[in-house]
Amino acid sequence: MDAKIFVFITHTDGKADDSALELVTAARSLFPGCTPNALVAGSGVGPVCQEVAASFGEVWKFDQAALAYPNAELLRPLLVKVLPAGATLLLAHNTFGLDLGPGLSVKLGVTYVPDVVGVDGLEGTTLKAVRQEYAGQVSAHVHCDIARGAVITVRPGAFKPAEAGAAAGQVVDRSEDATGLAARRTFVELIQAEAGDIDITREDVLVSVGRGIGDKENIPLVEELVEAMGAALSCSRPIVDAKWLDKARQVGTSGKTVKPRVYLALGISGSFQHVGGIKGNPFLLAINKNPKAAIFQVATIGVVADLLELLPVLTEKILKSR
Amino acid sequence: MEILVCVKRVPDSAENEISVGPGGADIRREDLVYSVNEWDNYAVEEAIQIVERVGGNVTVVSVGDTEAEEIVRREMAMGANQGLLATDAAFTGSDGLGIATILEAVARKTKYDLILTGAQADDGAAQVGGMLGALLDWPYASLVNLIKVEGDKALRIGREIEGGSQEISDIELPCVLSIQTGINEPRYVGIRGIRKVASVEIPVLDGGALGLPPETVGAAGARVRRVDYFVPQTGAGAEMLTGSTEEVAGKLVDLLKAKGGIK
Repeated sequence: MDAKIFVFITHTDGKADDSALELVTAARSLFPGCTPNALVAGSGVGPVCQEVAASFGEVWKFDQAALAYPNAELLRPLLVKVLPAGATLLLAHNTFGLDLGPGLSVKLGVTYVPDVVGVDGLEGTTLKAVRQEYAGQVSAHVHCDIARGAVITVRPGAFKPAEAGAAAGQVVDRSEDATGLAARRTFVELIQAEAGDIDITREDVLVSVGRGIGDKENIPLVEELVEAMGAALSCSRPIVDAKWLDKARQVGTSGKTVKPRVYLALGISGSFQHVGGIKGNPFLLAINKNPKAAIFQVATIGVVADLLELLPVLTEKILKSR
Repeated sequence: MEILVCVKRVPDSAENEISVGPGGADIRREDLVYSVNEWDNYAVEEAIQIVERVGGNVTVVSVGDTEAEEIVRREMAMGANQGLLATDAAFTGSDGLGIATILEAVARKTKYDLILTGAQADDGAAQVGGMLGALLDWPYASLVNLIKVEGDKALRIGREIEGGSQEISDIELPCVLSIQTGINEPRYVGIRGIRKVASVEIPVLDGGALGLPPETVGAAGARVRRVDYFVPQTGAGAEMLTGSTEEVAGKLVDLLKAKGGIK
């Protein structure tokens, strides 16, 4: 079975991304005892291949100038060409994985299992996986027929990284297979996120506001609390989408990664994309009117309340306590 | 430009408490407020804006039961020119590939230049757009937060990637794009707008009309099957504070002070 289990490794600045070793753990949970193989594509990826070799059976290297930027439309035909029939490929469920994965499963004629957060085991050719729905408010058991193989995307952070060095893998140079690739989508440039007037990644007390605040007119209620606490103001994605606050204040995988000591989440549902941007295990207080909100699964302290009622009282008490 | 936008009727997870129903067979559906999937609404707005700039037509399609008609009509009130409803008892229980297969059949009935979907919906799978692109053998891009029309053969697009950076690419038409929230500001739909399209006919397409053998879609064709819903036992979870507003605020002040949250 090992010969057919693959992990696609993404890398940044010449180093494998953290997801690489998480995918090893996910692969071993799916197929106990397996030693997966790795696929590494890019330009000048020799060092990345060497770095991960110790954790895999074989590392297939696809080193071509044309692959310098990871364009899913270019990599999909390459993977269709090189993966053996019946292969199972694991990818991180990130902006690259969900660009590549669904179409790849169709082109390979295999089952697509998206955003896996847990594994209950394999029974014959039925994979039993755990997913989340409705922004993490409920989980679901799914059974997947992987007799023909599968493309599986794994939620970042859901599996602990494996100890490196469990295998003695060898790098196999398959760069020749990656010649003559063509795509109808071509990469032009990367525009880095703009720096705002505040750097929330350096703040140790953050008050973060989400959709639950309801209206732009209510943002001053939060700003008054922030000022009373001497904290900094951050937010979740819907607040930026609505253009109530700048993108520079957004916490999450598509915003900033913060590592405060104290994080007060106001009206934030707690999607994994948001929680994924909170590192360093802060003292996390969550206030939300929805008792099912996923944020309460990760918070230290939770309060089910209406922000419009609670915030003015809280601000008042803090000012009085000074 | 002829644009097809795929929309789904969902219980909005921002507006609803989602809980597990008896035996885990389904979520509790009574009392849920349904609406158009948020990402899809941005996709429809984007399609309307493109057509306002370069001309063409926007068609909105939903795969679902007959209740999905209400959201198709809502998106027509926003400004979509046509609506379609793909519904059939045989579609029930479709997995992502099943839905993409139904949409492929819809897409092949008319010549479209561009198909938009939302980046994801209530199940968070983010899969249908990419599958549809592959089934049609059209290029695809996910998480699109910028579209510029460059002549009639290509688009310049931006994808939102990690850390808020934007990946700019050129993509040939026809193509499939999945749309990220925040790409635009969806227009408000008032009661008057809804009334204007209240009696517009929305053609219904079933498996027969779409030439879909029943075994290729629905539960019969699904390789991914949800067995049940459950609420995970995750560690201790949050310690919940209760009491009057005054009491809760007092406890929060004490905790924040103890942890250095008040500077």
